[in-house]
Amino acid sequence: MITLLKNLLSEMIWLERQRFFLDFTLSSLWRRKGRNLSLLVVYSLVTFLLSSVIFFTHALRKEAVIILKDGPEMIVQRTVGGRHSLIPVSYIEKIKLIRGVSSVNPRLWGYYFHPASRTNYTIMVPENFSQPDDTVETGAGVLRTWGPLTDGKLYIRAHDGEAIVLKPINTMGEGTDLVSSDLILMSETIFRKISGVPAGYATDLSVTIRNQRESATISTKITRDLPDTRPILKEDIIRTYSSLFDWRGGYVIVLLCGTVLAFFIFAWDRATGLSAEEKKEIGILKGIGWDTSDVLMMKFWEGVVISVSAFLLGVITAYIHIYVTSATLFQHALKGWSTLYPNFSLSPAIDPYQLAILFFLTVVPYTLLTIVPTWTVAVSDPDQVMRH
Amino acid sequence: MIQLSAITKSFHTGKTNEFHALKGINLEVSLGEVIVFVGPSGSGKTTLLSIIGCMSRPTSGRIWISGQEITSLPERFAARIRRETFGFIFQNYNLIKGISVLENTMLPAYPLGGKYRLTKERAITLLDKLGIGSKIQEHVEYLSGGEQQRVAIARALINAPSIIIADEPTAHLDTRLAGQLLEIFSGFRKEGKTILIASHDALVFESAVVDRVIAMRDGSVVK
Repeated sequence: MITLLKNLLSEMIWLERQRFFLDFTLSSLWRRKGRNLSLLVVYSLVTFLLSSVIFFTHALRKEAVIILKDGPEMIVQRTVGGRHSLIPVSYIEKIKLIRGVSSVNPRLWGYYFHPASRTNYTIMVPENFSQPDDTVETGAGVLRTWGPLTDGKLYIRAHDGEAIVLKPINTMGEGTDLVSSDLILMSETIFRKISGVPAGYATDLSVTIRNQRESATISTKITRDLPDTRPILKEDIIRTYSSLFDWRGGYVIVLLCGTVLAFFIFAWDRATGLSAEEKKEIGILKGIGWDTSDVLMMKFWEGVVISVSAFLLGVITAYIHIYVTSATLFQHALKGWSTLYPNFSLSPAIDPYQLAILFFLTVVPYTLLTIVPTWTVAVSDPDQVMRH
Repeated sequence: MIQLSAITKSFHTGKTNEFHALKGINLEVSLGEVIVFVGPSGSGKTTLLSIIGCMSRPTSGRIWISGQEITSLPERFAARIRRETFGFIFQNYNLIKGISVLENTMLPAYPLGGKYRLTKERAITLLDKLGIGSKIQEHVEYLSGGEQQRVAIARALINAPSIIIADEPTAHLDTRLAGQLLEIFSGFRKEGKTILIASHDALVFESAVVDRVIAMRDGSVVK
């Protein structure tokens, strides 16, 4: 019981000591507010940029996985000369014969380049398009980028030069903008007219499988029975998306490396260069009874206050940047391509592991940087203070 | 009692500029005594006070305070004695600029980890007693020399030390302020505190508050 009380007392004393040190640290930081605020701003900016990239790529990956979750397990394409080619619809029956395949459907999709806006749009025939032939449904980005419409209609030049007039009747919601921004949905007849895909052919085939674990075996069988085809599994698509977003994120991080390096030089200079005044203060503190560990504890809190504040500021502003303002700053680097940039809001997704790494890469080095030079001053005898 | 036995202090030992600041000092100070060390610059007064106050170690010799040998203590324990047994009043006050009078006064108590409220109350009481209770929130750099001196005294007393060490405490004070300081010292004496002062100011060593004057020259006690 007595030991317990003693332990409790010493813990309370320890806490009070930390409170005193933290109190003094905050006063010290405020005394050099110009220097410390500039450090905090630069530090927060670097953390903001890094966190933004991390949040953005992670959210995109997650979004892609959600979107592809309901997609077909497998896409079968035909290749000619190693390149994607139109696939005969007759292949459907051959694939259906493979055990484990539950359905096979032709997909019709392609690209349409609109010279006036210099933009490529994705044109597609959905499974159940119940609208009249002269109408289309469009993604939010299409009408935004198309340019002025004549009588509210889209004029499209078919593959044979014929002009086709289509009336957009429905715009897809911004919630699906990440994948539907550049999309124009139309009837099969119009699609074949515009794209020139002949009857009896499709762009590719979507295959649904009863047991997902058999997908690799089914893929092998399709390649065996139809040697000119290339089955693409859903996990391959997810992997491709992941590496695409990782690559984009990575490229921004490479660009940021210079900034990070500049920051570390700045922080090193700020943290390690103890001024004559700071050295004198350490002498005074030691002279009035602080020991080396007390001085180091005070400097430790100084490092913690600066780096944790910068980390939190950077992470919170990055969160707002990505999830509230839809990554405005990264628009050209990370969102979309060419001239068509989708407007979309990402659903918040945070990877604690990546945040923890960022925390350890920013907070720990800076805190250590502040302690080491102090230690070299704090270990010397305090009697110098008597002589100034 | 403070006992010093054969205290020496050398700087740059073994080099051509080797210098012996203290040469075998033997001394006994009774608790409650007020002693002034006098002597010209370089006579070793400040070095001796810094060694007694655990701020630096002697090259040889030993010091006992109330029977406890302090010269061979590790840094951590020496710091503890420094903050619990001694109160220091430095020649240039050595206050920390940019923080308030109250914070400066409380600084030596921070490592003790006492209750914040109690420490603050103690500091305010001391500052009131020294006549600067109305300026506790002011930054020390805006105070006059005499006021700064009193903040330094309050800071020296915050941990209720039994020994006060003052190095040239009147160096920057006019006669009136020096007189006030000696009155404060007189109060300490009545409280039973031991006071060790280094000074070559006649106002100090001729004061009635002083029990003994020890003259030093070239690192030795001459009288």
